[in-house]
Amino acid sequence: MSDTLLKVDDLNVYYGNIHAIKGVSFEVKEGEIVTLIGANGAGKSTTLNTVSGLLKPRTGTIEFCGKSIAGMPAHRIVRDGLALCPEGRRVFLQLSVKENLEMGAYTRSMSEVGESIEKVYELFPRLKERYKQVAGTLSGGEQQMLAMGRALMSKPRLMMLDEPSMGLAPILVDQIFDIIGDLHKAGTTILLVEQNARKALAVADRAYVLETGRIVNTGTGSELLHDDSVKKAYLGG
Amino acid sequence: MLNYLISGISLGSVYAIIALGYTMVYGIAKMLNFAHGDIIMVGGYAAFCASSYLGWPVPLCVLFSMMVCTILGIVIEKLAYKPLRNATSLAVLITAIGVSYFLQNIALLIWTSNPKAFPNMADFVPPIKLGDITIPSVTVITVAASVIIMIALTLFTGMTKMGKAMRAVSEDKGAAQLMGINVNATISTTFAIGSGLAAIAGVLLCSAYPTLMPTTGSMPGIKAFTAAVLGGIGSIPGAMLGGILLGVLEKFAQAYISTQLSDAIVFAALIVVLLVKPTGLLGKKITEKV
Repeated sequence: MSDTLLKVDDLNVYYGNIHAIKGVSFEVKEGEIVTLIGANGAGKSTTLNTVSGLLKPRTGTIEFCGKSIAGMPAHRIVRDGLALCPEGRRVFLQLSVKENLEMGAYTRSMSEVGESIEKVYELFPRLKERYKQVAGTLSGGEQQMLAMGRALMSKPRLMMLDEPSMGLAPILVDQIFDIIGDLHKAGTTILLVEQNARKALAVADRAYVLETGRIVNTGTGSELLHDDSVKKAYLGG
Repeated sequence: MLNYLISGISLGSVYAIIALGYTMVYGIAKMLNFAHGDIIMVGGYAAFCASSYLGWPVPLCVLFSMMVCTILGIVIEKLAYKPLRNATSLAVLITAIGVSYFLQNIALLIWTSNPKAFPNMADFVPPIKLGDITIPSVTVITVAASVIIMIALTLFTGMTKMGKAMRAVSEDKGAAQLMGINVNATISTTFAIGSGLAAIAGVLLCSAYPTLMPTTGSMPGIKAFTAAVLGGIGSIPGAMLGGILLGVLEKFAQAYISTQLSDAIVFAALIVVLLVKPTGLLGKKITEKV
């Protein structure tokens, strides 16, 4: 298959004395959708936050495009083409929709931004209608679209999405997953963390199951969808 | 009457410039830099030394003073505040008060407590005569400077990439980092701007009230902080409005009520405003959707 974009090996992350991530290893290849599923507190978000540079690992290696990025500050890692759309959206509520998107392209030169904004508007027409509004006035679903659009603005080679469906109505969840599918078709590599295991596995090429800081199972999306232990633990029997 | 109004606006404009510095730092770094008033004092001394000892022309003195304060602001932020980035706001506040006393005592060591006679650095502009009222040149310059600074800051935070990044940092440091924004550099820049403004305020303050002492900055600092809160801390036009209102109120209280009570009246006004509108006159309530 194609090249490995992200390779995480034997990662250990602590919150003070609490050992949150215990020797996690996984990889994402160019063009794939990979998902990490697991219960609350399994370490999914911690893993993404560590890869993005917001948290520092105690030991272990993280290689992105063959370059070690473990322990690098987050603002440098974005520059290399790795974007995280964080849990809880975290759009800038007091900035306008357009300004949020501009911030997403902070690492790029201003002259290229206009074109990328148009592309994001194509993907999320709703954002175009509201480009002048401050993000705090958007609905939850619109804020999620903005957060994803903002992450895309850095032209990432790998986009990490943390719980993009959290707190959204079922119809919006479907819409968000459709967009993830579209992004993938357009060639974006995606690392997806989800509580909604069924939908995540259905869209993913490969998946890893996290349990209390360890990877306990891995396989293709459809393999895990039909795996008995996964069914029992995450898909409601 | 009109004279009091003019001197009130003049004093208020100085408060406004100081308050703009306070509000910038508070708005972006979310901390109250209580040493801000003492940076003004250092700015005053820097300009004084450049002018009286070195005999430099006014523009050079002002530039020198701004440079000294900008560097001082960055150094203070690096040494005193940056290590406390994740500490409680109370710890940062106490540190800021500590920095304030530190600067005052350093100034005491270097320049002693004897007041220095500050030269008027604004008299390159002729005073304006309106009938039988004369508006002194320092007033003209101060008002003009405060308006220009307010407009420049508004444009800077609203239109430029750096300014928008500052607003992003003020809201969510983590998310700002994920955008590729260097949070530490951004906060440093904020301090540099705030301290540069403090230098301008120092020169104007000392030009209007020409006794320079190590404690020169502390009272105007507190008043300007009051002005920033009155106008709604974090808001740029709020700092301007609060400053002018406070200056005018102080001068009128001095003229018509009591010189001794004027400070008490000023702070009483703050309390009343905060009781009625806790976010200040132009402060906005932040609405959050989670």
